[in-house]
Amino acid sequence: MKTKVFSLFIMCLVVQSLMFGQTKDMVLIEGSRYIPLYGRDSTVVEVKDFNMDIYPVSTEEYKQFLKENPKWRKSKVVSLFADKSYLTNWKTDLEPKDSIHLNSPVNYVSWFAAKAYCECQNKRLPTIDEWEYVAMADETTKDARVKPSYNAQILAWYEAPRTKENRIGETPKNAWGVYDLHGLVWEWTLDFNSVLITGESRKDVDKDSNLFCGSAAVNATDLMNYAAFMRYAIRGSLKAKYSMKNLGFRCVQDIKKENK
Amino acid sequence: MKTLLKPIIFSLTLLMLSCGDSEKQEQHSATAEIPVSREMIAELTSPPNVPTPVGRRKAKKLIVNMEILEEEGELTDGVKYVYWTFGGSVPGSFIRTRVGDEVEFTLSNHPDNKLPHNIDLHAVTGPGGGAESSFVAPGHEKTFSFKTLNPGLYVYHCATAPVGMHIANGMYGLILVEPEGGLPQVDKEYYIMQGDFYTKGKNGERGLQPFDMQKAVDENADYVVFNGSVGALTGDNAITAKVGETVRLYVGNGGPNLVSSFHVIGEIFDKVHVEGGDLINENVQTTLIPAGGAAIVEFKVDVPGTFILVDHSIFRAFNKGALGMLKVEGEEQKKIYSGEIREGIYLPEGPGIQNMPTTNEIVESEIPAKSFEEQMEFGKQIYMQNCFACHQSEGQGIPNAFPPLAKSDYLNADVDRAIGVVVNGLSGEITVNGNKYNSVMTKQMISSDDVANVLTYVYNSWGNSKKVVTKKMVDDVKKK
Repeated sequence: MKTKVFSLFIMCLVVQSLMFGQTKDMVLIEGSRYIPLYGRDSTVVEVKDFNMDIYPVSTEEYKQFLKENPKWRKSKVVSLFADKSYLTNWKTDLEPKDSIHLNSPVNYVSWFAAKAYCECQNKRLPTIDEWEYVAMADETTKDARVKPSYNAQILAWYEAPRTKENRIGETPKNAWGVYDLHGLVWEWTLDFNSVLITGESRKDVDKDSNLFCGSAAVNATDLMNYAAFMRYAIRGSLKAKYSMKNLGFRCVQDIKKENK
Repeated sequence: MKTLLKPIIFSLTLLMLSCGDSEKQEQHSATAEIPVSREMIAELTSPPNVPTPVGRRKAKKLIVNMEILEEEGELTDGVKYVYWTFGGSVPGSFIRTRVGDEVEFTLSNHPDNKLPHNIDLHAVTGPGGGAESSFVAPGHEKTFSFKTLNPGLYVYHCATAPVGMHIANGMYGLILVEPEGGLPQVDKEYYIMQGDFYTKGKNGERGLQPFDMQKAVDENADYVVFNGSVGALTGDNAITAKVGETVRLYVGNGGPNLVSSFHVIGEIFDKVHVEGGDLINENVQTTLIPAGGAAIVEFKVDVPGTFILVDHSIFRAFNKGALGMLKVEGEEQKKIYSGEIREGIYLPEGPGIQNMPTTNEIVESEIPAKSFEEQMEFGKQIYMQNCFACHQSEGQGIPNAFPPLAKSDYLNADVDRAIGVVVNGLSGEITVNGNKYNSVMTKQMISSDDVANVLTYVYNSWGNSKKVVTKKMVDDVKKK
């Protein structure tokens, strides 16, 4: 089974990389149906096949992007698209501070910037459903949510200070071959604010927005998956122009039918 | 006014949401109209200190700037925990206001933090107590404002999902709303807040301990402490007063789960503002403080000595850390307390040799000490967890109740007897340094390694005979 999946993805990888130049460092994620902690209706969601970056975008890659796209440099960026802390850890438009390693995940980027970056690569940001789908995996299983060790590992990261200083690719890769979904930085998703929450977790009970503690008791599919609660909470606290120290991103790509 | 009905509906809604804000409508219309003059930056203090009383100042626009920090701290000796804090301390900074103040509250979430947070102040009249308006991502800040309508002592806490976890990690504190003209003056004021902690490892297990959600759901606390850690109010950190002074304690309970039976051993509260509100009860021994609630207690200290603050659900005090100290200095008042009658020691088990009923099996230490230095280090940790409550930080004991270990003739005379006391317990009259003690020490359910370490620590501290006790010596005594 494992080898079958593996060879399949190798094959896809080869086929894909023949088709597009950008699919280097991406893996095919086979779509399926699953029940997330929160869907819009707490029911099954369907994820189609897509390719995902195996690493989050690095500082170096982002630097390249800035060279090619001056309008996203911190002196030029439109303030509507990025708040004041955008690239605050860069000393100049094209140089990060000396303390930042080029192979660290890029951070202090807004959603608009992340979205533009992916679009420039012919990619896009993953949806919450896609991101959560891939993030269910641990090193051996694609849906590891039932394993106590899965939650424990993720929470250990939530409690460890300053992981954003770590390098990309140091956490174990998951069953899909993707690194760093947990353990490095939070990541932007395309529809990060589509789960309507007010920030008042208990009030969300009487809305259909079915998120957070009170409603969790009624609606959430897995009460003990509180690591996921925390991810939904951080997404709920964001605005698209925000940029944050512990927040980076990665891109995904649709499988284009006409290329079949 | 058109708002006559609204507050009623509003308070009903609040009641249904069980937020606990009981509303007095008449008071509203009065206090809501208090005018404010000038701006003032609020003084915030970390526990056990409280800011300067409001006295007779007029209502003002009060600027409160509070920063959220996620940081590692020490829950007890050798046990680390990542606290989430308001203002860098557990409980969070004390906020002192008067009725009618317009508080402009800015909540800043430090960029190094991983999580979004918010604040629900029970002193706020408004949906969520400010939670919705203050929901803030790391590296950002949010400002909202509210008018203090009801005098009293209120809890504030974080209300971001998972709420229980945010509170369990230390995100709570107190905000005081003083009545017009302020509370009556007293000599000493302190800030104390109880909280329960849930760690992956058992009580006392060394290292960085992560939060344990299952234990929290089961309400099975490993630590119940005052002011965020086991030793926060003991030894050098004890609060102090002088004979004849009136002490006022602002006592809160952050929970998340447990209700506190707050008691000061050897004192009677002259006055208790029940649940932090207007109702004053007098001559109270133990006052109940609900999770998410508070009380103001006042008492005059008449005699010198050390007074122990406890949650009188007493195993929490002696086994989980809910123990603090008030040290009172001054002249003896023989009329009030002769010194010959024994102080109110709490011996819940009665006389006779007792076992600690926590476990039937003694777990062997996983990390045996490799050197004398390690023996001393581990021994001190065990001492602080098991012996300190009675024998005290410098081994001085408590006169007439618990014998001293410092320069103790009884201890130094016979090592095997000392090992036997730790392993088997001791009751009945003994003479130590010329004073008679008639008390009970329970059998200590700790491993042979731990017995060796703690005795080595005791023998090599406070002017004792510097003996080194080994595991073998302990095992030999056990075999007898």
